[in-house]
Amino acid sequence: MSIGTTTREAVRPRSAVSTLDRFGSSLQRLPLHIIVIIFCAVWVIPTVGMVINSFRALSDMQSAGWWTTLFPPHGFTLASYQQVLNIEGVQPSIVTSILITIPATVIQLTVATMGAYAFAWMKFPGKNIFFIVIVGLMVVPIQMTLVPLLSFFKVLHLNGTIMSVWLAHTGFGLPFEVFLLRNYLGGLPREIFESAEVDGAGHAVRFLRIAVPMTLPAIASLTIFVFLGVWNDLLVALTFLGTSQFRPFTVMIAQLTTSFGGGWQFLTAAAVLQMALPLAVFIALQRYFVRGVTAGSVKG
Amino acid sequence: MGAISVDQVVTALVAIIAVPLVLFGYIVLGEQIIERLPERIQLWIRPYFWALPAIGFAGIFMVYPLLRTVVISFRNGADTDWVGLANYQYFFTFPDTLTSLRNSILWLVFYTFFAVFLGLVVAILLDRVRYETLAKIAIFLPVPISAVAASIIWKFMFDYQPPGQPQTGTLNAVIGLAHHDPVAWLVNYTTNNGALIFVGVWTAVGFCMVILSASLKAISTEVLEAARIDGANEFQIVRLVVTPLLWPTITVVGTTMIINALKTFDLVYVMTNGAYNTDVIATQMFSQLQHNHNSRAAAVGVVLFIAIVPLLIVNIRRFQQQEEQR
Repeated sequence: MSIGTTTREAVRPRSAVSTLDRFGSSLQRLPLHIIVIIFCAVWVIPTVGMVINSFRALSDMQSAGWWTTLFPPHGFTLASYQQVLNIEGVQPSIVTSILITIPATVIQLTVATMGAYAFAWMKFPGKNIFFIVIVGLMVVPIQMTLVPLLSFFKVLHLNGTIMSVWLAHTGFGLPFEVFLLRNYLGGLPREIFESAEVDGAGHAVRFLRIAVPMTLPAIASLTIFVFLGVWNDLLVALTFLGTSQFRPFTVMIAQLTTSFGGGWQFLTAAAVLQMALPLAVFIALQRYFVRGVTAGSVKG
Repeated sequence: MGAISVDQVVTALVAIIAVPLVLFGYIVLGEQIIERLPERIQLWIRPYFWALPAIGFAGIFMVYPLLRTVVISFRNGADTDWVGLANYQYFFTFPDTLTSLRNSILWLVFYTFFAVFLGLVVAILLDRVRYETLAKIAIFLPVPISAVAASIIWKFMFDYQPPGQPQTGTLNAVIGLAHHDPVAWLVNYTTNNGALIFVGVWTAVGFCMVILSASLKAISTEVLEAARIDGANEFQIVRLVVTPLLWPTITVVGTTMIINALKTFDLVYVMTNGAYNTDVIATQMFSQLQHNHNSRAAAVGVVLFIAIVPLLIVNIRRFQQQEEQR
């Protein structure tokens, strides 16, 4: 599913019923266009306004709204970006975000694909019960697990480490990923696996050479979904790394926002830096992105 | 980037090189060992070898903590003795936690309703214009944006300056054009929860729209044409033909939104941190955790979970039905 599904525009106006004359019907449709345009404006303007603000001086932000910049003198400056990046810990926090996101994504997708392969193509006692538990876990709020996991990581001496967040994210993300990939893998034709088996290919080969390549579209969408989910995550990182030296970017921004009284406005620059990656991914890989975000909600 | 420590470089190498190697090694070496075993043991052990990491992670990081949270919620803060329902009694009698419960119900009702309703309206409206793709991108734009960034975006929209001063917040500038006094959206008790919920809706409509729109396109044109020939106007078609046909999708999207509503944390945490009576269950739980009231936090978690149990049952039922159809 991509965002621009084909319209049915071509079919409608030529039907026998729409005998209204062209001008009358387009005048009738004017309210429709106005509503749509207002709606789009409300959905886009807040973001545009903040991005514009991020290129203004702090004093300008505090004395006049972002729209005044649309007229000269513009007074654009990178001061907010310099200020944000010079705050102690902000630059490392961006690196930390990357160090959390990449391994967390790799671990959970690998584990999920393996598990999905077993659930789709192998028989074992307890399989159905395990899978029903996984389906149930998809809706369990992660809040339900935070208290015991905090002491669990303390016992393992993992509290405050990046690794604890990799593991936690993997646990939280798995149920949905196993569910989705198992449905996809299960839909592949049985003959392919059987003929590979006849040719003497072991399970490792069948998995790495057949199952994974054929599931790649689903894995790609899921990768984007998981990657951005972890990159944008606040709750998990705040719980396990909130006071650690390895705080990711989102935690850093959230803590700066809540601790600054006045003068928080320069944090617009941080927000723009934080959302640049998700927006770039969305624009560049729109089709996969939308499929990833909506996967599982619709059948097929 | 001088502030990066040796520790981080080591972690980086571990993360980017070692993790994939370990996972790849598990598959290849594990299979080589299994292939050398007698056939009967192979058949028995192989599925567990493949499923074990997934089952293990789900068990250790979801099932075990879930059960443990239930236990902790009946214990005292130091986890040394049973306290019966004391933590629940606290939750259902203390004014702050009751406020968070009320607000979560507000989120549940209004966030879910408006996200799904507006998603449906937009999907139907955009189906009738030529610039559909462009408009959809605009509506979908907030979806990839993190709640943290969205909070900063909307802090500017809601920004408040005392009357008489130039308003830097977009909303107050707009109502200022109508000579209305500026409103402190996030502080004022009558507007702040609505304002926060609206931000939640803003981030969710794109998601609902995309899914509903896909189902809408799947409705055959003949059905709609038949309704038009029978003399139905556009509103009747939407109400009597389109909505019933979309109902299964609406319930799926609605379920997702209900779960989102109950789990809401980031937006409230960053925008108000629960101040001025805007706390929700998830932020309340987090502040209990921060004050080392672990068992109270656990009780809040259990309340949240109980609210989700009906959806859990619905989900499993739907899954079982789908399995039967396979």
